[in-house]
Amino acid sequence: MYTFSSKLKTFSFILMAVGLLGIGYGFLTAPKDIQEVEKILAADAHGSHHEAGSESEGSHTVSATAKIKAEAEHTEHLTHVLHQLQNKPWSALYVACIFFMLLSLGTLAFYAIQQVAQAGWSPVLFRVMQGITAYLPVGSVIFFLFLVLCGLHFNHLFIWLDPEVVAHDKIIANKSGYLNFPFWIVRAGVFLLGWNAYRYFSRKNCLAQDESDDNSFYKKNFNISAMFLVFFIVTESIMSWDWIMSLDPHWSSTLFGWYVFASFFVSGITMIAMVTIYLKSKGYLENVNSSHIHDLAKFMFGISVFWTYLWFSQFMLIWYANIPEEITYFVMRIQVYNLPFFGAVVMNFLFPVLILINTDFKRITWVLVMAGTVILLGHYVDFFNMIMPGTVGGSWFIGVSEIASVLFFLGLFIFVVFSTLTKAPLLPKRNPYIEESKHFHY
Amino acid sequence: MSNKVIYAIYNDDDILMDAVKKTRAAHHHIEEVFTPFPVHGLDKAMGLAPTRLAICAFIYGLCGLSFGTWMMNYIMIQDWPQDIGGKPSFSYIDNMPAFVPIMFEETVFFAAHLMVITFYMRSRLWPFKEAENPDVRTTDDHFLMEVAVNGNEEELVSFFEGTGAVEVKVIEKH
Repeated sequence: MYTFSSKLKTFSFILMAVGLLGIGYGFLTAPKDIQEVEKILAADAHGSHHEAGSESEGSHTVSATAKIKAEAEHTEHLTHVLHQLQNKPWSALYVACIFFMLLSLGTLAFYAIQQVAQAGWSPVLFRVMQGITAYLPVGSVIFFLFLVLCGLHFNHLFIWLDPEVVAHDKIIANKSGYLNFPFWIVRAGVFLLGWNAYRYFSRKNCLAQDESDDNSFYKKNFNISAMFLVFFIVTESIMSWDWIMSLDPHWSSTLFGWYVFASFFVSGITMIAMVTIYLKSKGYLENVNSSHIHDLAKFMFGISVFWTYLWFSQFMLIWYANIPEEITYFVMRIQVYNLPFFGAVVMNFLFPVLILINTDFKRITWVLVMAGTVILLGHYVDFFNMIMPGTVGGSWFIGVSEIASVLFFLGLFIFVVFSTLTKAPLLPKRNPYIEESKHFHY
Repeated sequence: MSNKVIYAIYNDDDILMDAVKKTRAAHHHIEEVFTPFPVHGLDKAMGLAPTRLAICAFIYGLCGLSFGTWMMNYIMIQDWPQDIGGKPSFSYIDNMPAFVPIMFEETVFFAAHLMVITFYMRSRLWPFKEAENPDVRTTDDHFLMEVAVNGNEEELVSFFEGTGAVEVKVIEKH
């Protein structure tokens, strides 16, 4: 049995406390009206404002109507920036919230695949995977509440939730048969319930299999895993449209669902590897050997490349054809989010490919921890890139709100995952493949 | 110096593996082992050095990547930077996404083919090469271990008979 070390528990509480403080600070310092925005902008850009000022002084002949028009434009600009800055702490929270929830969903998908594929190597890791997916119910509740808050107009992340916007936007209005709050929130509820139901019953059957004297629970798990995977791939795709793509309601992409999937799937696998390495280093996983770690590292490597393939396919198809209504998505990201946009490719592709291509490196703990850290950070940045441009646009910055949100959810994640790991033995007893898995050697 | 070798023939891969381990423990030098199919762990039991073919492939892949990059840069950017459908041919990076499929395929092409050719050269395989089969049965269902004879021949023969060989032959090699 695993015991949650008090050090780690304290660490997770500190992360949550610091995160909460930072999140609160982010909300308190968000500007409340356009006067504050004006001050922020003036403080941000002395040079450019000075220039603008002298120019208007020079042109006395500017007609009154033009002046009023300029004034109106200025106010409009300030309102725009105000919305972005007010969205910023919400978006920071949203990115971290969805990232950790989907990470544990990615682990759940990997776990289901291992069950259905009757993999002979992974049963010794099933309890680790179940520990990580224990975050899913917690994360789902927080995430669902967040979506409800969006629907109650506490924030302005999803612009199609704003009836004002829809009334003046034909493109969004035409999509309102799909993008309307009741349908959207019901879909979210169904998806989250479905995933959590699979997680709950799969865990329950796995524990029951330990006590049973035949394989009926194992077979049950096989069947529900197969059904879950079918449900998952459909809901995952729709989820990516609902929760991420609809932040840019004027844009659409067909392979977006797969792209999002690859991103959180590789994060989930990386997290399995990281938790396994941690538990192994504490001496809790005696049956896990370097071959298991090696296999996880191969999955990290392979799915990283898969993510890159989808990233590039999506980017290159749109870049090549350069259709105005599609390309704006990437124009925004390249011009305003240049470093995070291309930095994500370096972190999620170049770095893991060069590090994890070597067979020996895939067995060295510190190399894997380093590669895993970069992959996880890289996929956080990936979600940042998907979400932020649609909500805060040019006002993005990785500051207190963003870091604090990640710290809060990381602390919560550590607390939930490692608490769950204490609740069951780390080795499934009567899994039909457990002997093979114990002696797995590559 | 005599050119005699012993052919110890086995009909089971488990027995062969045991024999190889015993032979190594007795410090007899194994010249070669012939098997009809890959026997897992045989290379480790024989103490063979790991292959470096993967390292070669990686370097070949880098060559292919460089070649693809150089080729597209020379043709599309340096030599004749035409405007083809509005694609930006001002610098390589401007038009890079269009070249990535070529760069990727060149990398794979070079890595795969040069690695295969390296394999053929290192294992001395080519058409019309004379087969080096010491016993035709080794391609079907028998395993053969070839050990050089140094010193006492009878002792060696009885050693290999003790390892479960179905047949032990002493052969004069040219």
